[in-house]
Amino acid sequence: MTPKSTADYLKVIGALSKNGDLVGTTEISHKLDVAPASVTEMLKKLAEDGYVNYSPYQGSTLTEKGLQEAQKIMRKHRLLETFLFNKLKIGKDKVHEEACEMEHALSDEAEESLCRFLNHPDKCPDDGKIIPACNLPFATCEECIQMHNKGLEQVGQREANLVSICTLKVGACGKVSFIRGEHRVLQRLLDIGLTPGTSIKVEKIAPLKGPVEVCVRGSKVALGQDIAANVFVDCTQKT
Amino acid sequence: MSGHSSSTSSSKKTQKNITIALAGNANVGKSVLFNQLTGSSQIIGNWPGKTVEKAEGTLNFEGQQITIIDLPGIYSFSTFGMEEIVSREYIATENPDVVINVVDAAVLERNLFFTLQLIEMGAPLVICLNQVDIAKNKGIVIDTKKLGQALGVPVVPTVAIRGEGMYELTKTALSVARNASSNGKTHVRYGAEIEERIAKLDQAIQTGNLRLTYPSRWVAIKLLENDPEIKKLVASKSEDVIKMSEALAAEISSIHKEPCFAVIASERYFLANKIAGESQRQSEIRTTFSDKLDWIATHRVYGYLMSAAVVGGLLLWTFFVGNFLSKLISTYVTSRVQPLDPKVSGSILAIVWNGIWGGVDAGITLIVPFVIPFYLLLAMIEDSGLLTRVAFMMDSAMHKIGLHGKALIPIILGYGCGVPAIASCKIMETRRERLLASFAITFAPCAARTIVIFGMVGLFLGVQWALALYVVDVAIIFVMGRIAMKAVPGKSTGLIMEMHSFKVPSFSVVRKQTWIRTKSIFYFVFPIYMLGSALVQVLFALNLLAPIGNVMSPLTVTVLGLPVITGILLIFGVVRKELVLLGAVAIFGTANLALFMTPVQLTTLALVSLIYFPCISVFTILAKEFGWKAATTISVANIISAILIGGLAFRLLTLFL
Repeated sequence: MTPKSTADYLKVIGALSKNGDLVGTTEISHKLDVAPASVTEMLKKLAEDGYVNYSPYQGSTLTEKGLQEAQKIMRKHRLLETFLFNKLKIGKDKVHEEACEMEHALSDEAEESLCRFLNHPDKCPDDGKIIPACNLPFATCEECIQMHNKGLEQVGQREANLVSICTLKVGACGKVSFIRGEHRVLQRLLDIGLTPGTSIKVEKIAPLKGPVEVCVRGSKVALGQDIAANVFVDCTQKT
Repeated sequence: MSGHSSSTSSSKKTQKNITIALAGNANVGKSVLFNQLTGSSQIIGNWPGKTVEKAEGTLNFEGQQITIIDLPGIYSFSTFGMEEIVSREYIATENPDVVINVVDAAVLERNLFFTLQLIEMGAPLVICLNQVDIAKNKGIVIDTKKLGQALGVPVVPTVAIRGEGMYELTKTALSVARNASSNGKTHVRYGAEIEERIAKLDQAIQTGNLRLTYPSRWVAIKLLENDPEIKKLVASKSEDVIKMSEALAAEISSIHKEPCFAVIASERYFLANKIAGESQRQSEIRTTFSDKLDWIATHRVYGYLMSAAVVGGLLLWTFFVGNFLSKLISTYVTSRVQPLDPKVSGSILAIVWNGIWGGVDAGITLIVPFVIPFYLLLAMIEDSGLLTRVAFMMDSAMHKIGLHGKALIPIILGYGCGVPAIASCKIMETRRERLLASFAITFAPCAARTIVIFGMVGLFLGVQWALALYVVDVAIIFVMGRIAMKAVPGKSTGLIMEMHSFKVPSFSVVRKQTWIRTKSIFYFVFPIYMLGSALVQVLFALNLLAPIGNVMSPLTVTVLGLPVITGILLIFGVVRKELVLLGAVAIFGTANLALFMTPVQLTTLALVSLIYFPCISVFTILAKEFGWKAATTISVANIISAILIGGLAFRLLTLFL
C-alpha cells in the first residue's frame, strides 16, 4: 500500500462530497484503501492546513482552499485522460491509472496548453465526468485562445472557485462566471440572458440526468445536461 | 392626425396601405395578437426561398387599410437560423411603417433585450406590453408611462387573449406610422469605450458609401459582435471596414477581458435590467396555479406518469374520435358516391377512376378524421405549455438517439402523418438532427399504419396484440434511432428551451397551428394518393405486379413466412399504407382475412407494413428536405430492418401462437 498524498485525499473527498454533504471517514478509507485510523490522522492534518473542515464522528467537507486544490487536480487528471485516450489512443481501461501517475507532474502552464490543444474538452472520455473550469480569469474559451501568447503570470488568476451548474442542488444560487464551448452555443446562452455576472438559481433538475431548469432574469430556461455542464457559476457570495 | 409631415413618403402613406410588423420573443402571445387583429383574413405561406412560415393578414381600422406581418418569434437578431435572418432582413429592406414589439410583461427584462435591438435597427416602434394579467397574478406591476419614457417609444398594455387593449394599440401604432419622423429618435447607449468605437466604425461605413440596406450604426454594432452574415455582406464591399472592426473588437475585448460580442450582450442586458428595474414593481412572489401544475408535471414520478398520460390520452382520443368521424363521413358522404374497396379487375378506365376516387376517399375517410383531431389536441397541449414539460422530462431519453427534448414534437406528429411531421423537423438546429428525427419518424405508426395494425391484428387477434405492436414499435424507433446516431457523423446540440408558464390555450392559435400542419396533407399527400392508387391498381390489373410478387417470394415466403400474394400487397402499401389491408380484402374477395392467413402471418404482415418503406408521400418529402440520396438511404434502412425484424418476429411468434 503506497502512502496517499494530500491531493489524493482532496480528490476523493471532492468526488464523494456532492453538494457539500459531509463525507464519512469510512467512505474515504474504502475509496483510498487505507485504514480508518490513518484516514482520521490525515484528516486532522488536512484540517490544520486549512484544506478540510473536519468534525470527528460526523465527517468532513472541503474548505474553499481544499476545493480549489481538489478541482485543480481533478482537472489535470481528466485533461490527461482525454489526451491519453483521444490523442494517444490508449485503451479506456488504462487511461485512469496512467493519468493518476502523471497528474502530479503536470505544471499549470502545461495544463492550460493541453486544454487549448485538446480544443477545450468538457468531459473526460472514460466516465463522462465534467472537467472542472480552469482558474484563468476568462469568461469564455475564446479569450483564452486570443490571449494564448501571453504568459500565465500576465494573465492572472481567477479568485473564486467555480462549479458547473450540473453539480448544484435545487435551490442553489450562483453567478455565471465562465461558459465553455463553441461560439453558437455561447451566443444563444448570452441572448437568453446568461451573460457573465448574472445571478441564476437552479429551479429543477429533471431525473435521469435530464435538463437543469434555471431561473435567470425572471425567466425560466431549461438547459440540457451537455450545455449545463459547461456553464460555471461562482457560489461563494450566497444571497 | 394633423396631416402634413415634412417627409413626402409619410404623407403618401396616410392614403396608402400601412404595414405593421409584429416582432417579439417566442411564447409572448404574438400569434394571439396577430389573430385578434386580422381575424380570418390570413394568408399563411413561406418567406420567399426560405423554410420559415410567413403569416400575413389585413385589418381595416377606421377606414385605414393595414397589412399585418407576423415575424417569427426570436430572442435576438444574432444569426442562428433562418428565423433571425428573415426578421432582420424584413425590417431593414421592407421598411414596415411600424413594428409592434410584443413583450411578455411577466418576463420584462429578458424581453427588453430584444426591444433594445429593435430600437437599434431604427424601426418605428410601439411596445405591446402583453399578458399584464399573468404578470399581475405573479405580483408584477409595470408602470407603462415610465417604461415608455425610458425606451423613448409608446407602450400599450394589453391582454391579447381577451382582446383587451387592441383598439388603443392599433391607434397608437397608426399614429407612429403616420409620424414616421419619430424613427430613430431613440438610441441605445453603451459604455463610453464601446460608443467611441461604434462611432468610429459607423463613420468608416458612412464614408465608405457601402450602400447597405441596414442602418450604418446597426451594421457597426453587428460587425463588433462578429455576426457572420453581416461580415460576409460588408466584406464583399470593403475589406478595410472588416479589418477595422476586428481591430476595434479586439480593443474592446482586451479592456473588458471578455469577447466583444459577450461585452455587447452584457451591456444590453445591463440596460434591460436597469429599465425593467425602474419601471416594474415586484410585490411578494406568489405561487400561482401554474407553478403547482409545473411541480407535478416535472416531478420525478408524477412527471413521467403525466407525460405518459398526455401521450396515451392523445392517442386514445385520436382513436375514438377518428373512428367516430371516419364512420360518419363514410356513411353519409363518400359511400354514397362509390364503394371504398379497390377495384382490381374490369375495364382499365374503371380501374383508373376507382384508383383516383379510392385515393380521395382514403384521404377523406381515413386520414383527415384521424389526423385533424390528433393535431388539434396536440396543438392545444403544445400551446398550454404542457408539451414543454414533457420535452423537459424526455430530454435525456431523446439524447440516447442523438436528439434533444424538442424533437419530441415532430416525432409525436409522426403518429398522425409522416409528411407534416418531417416538415416540422425544421425546428431542430442542425441538418443531422433533422435527419435523425425524420428517420425516427419513418418508423412511427401514422394514421394509415394504425389502420393496418387494428384491421389485421386488433380485429383478428385482439386489441392487446395491436397495443403490443405499438410498444414493439417504440422499441424499434429507439434501437434504430440509436444505430442511426452512431452511423451519422456529427455532434448533438443540447437543449436550450424556455419554460414558459402554463396558460389556457388560445383557440385561434390552436386552429391556425393545426391548419399549418394539416394543409400539406391536402396539397401534398392527396395528389400522390390519387395518382399512386390508380397506377398501382392498373399495374395489378395488367398482371404486372404478380411477377414482382413472385420475385419477392424468397423474402416474403422464406424469410417472413407470408403468402406469395403479400408481395403485391406490400407494393400496394408503398402508395398508401392502408392499401396493404384494403388490397388484401379486394384480392381475397372477403374481409375475413383469417381464412387466408394465420394469426402469425397477420401479425408479421402488420409489423412489416409498419416499418418496411416510407410511403411515396413520405419518400417525396424526404427527398425534398434532404435530397434523393438521403431519402433512398433511409428507405433502404427501412427495408433491411423490416426484413430482419419481420423474419425474427415470424420465428418468435411461431413459438407462442
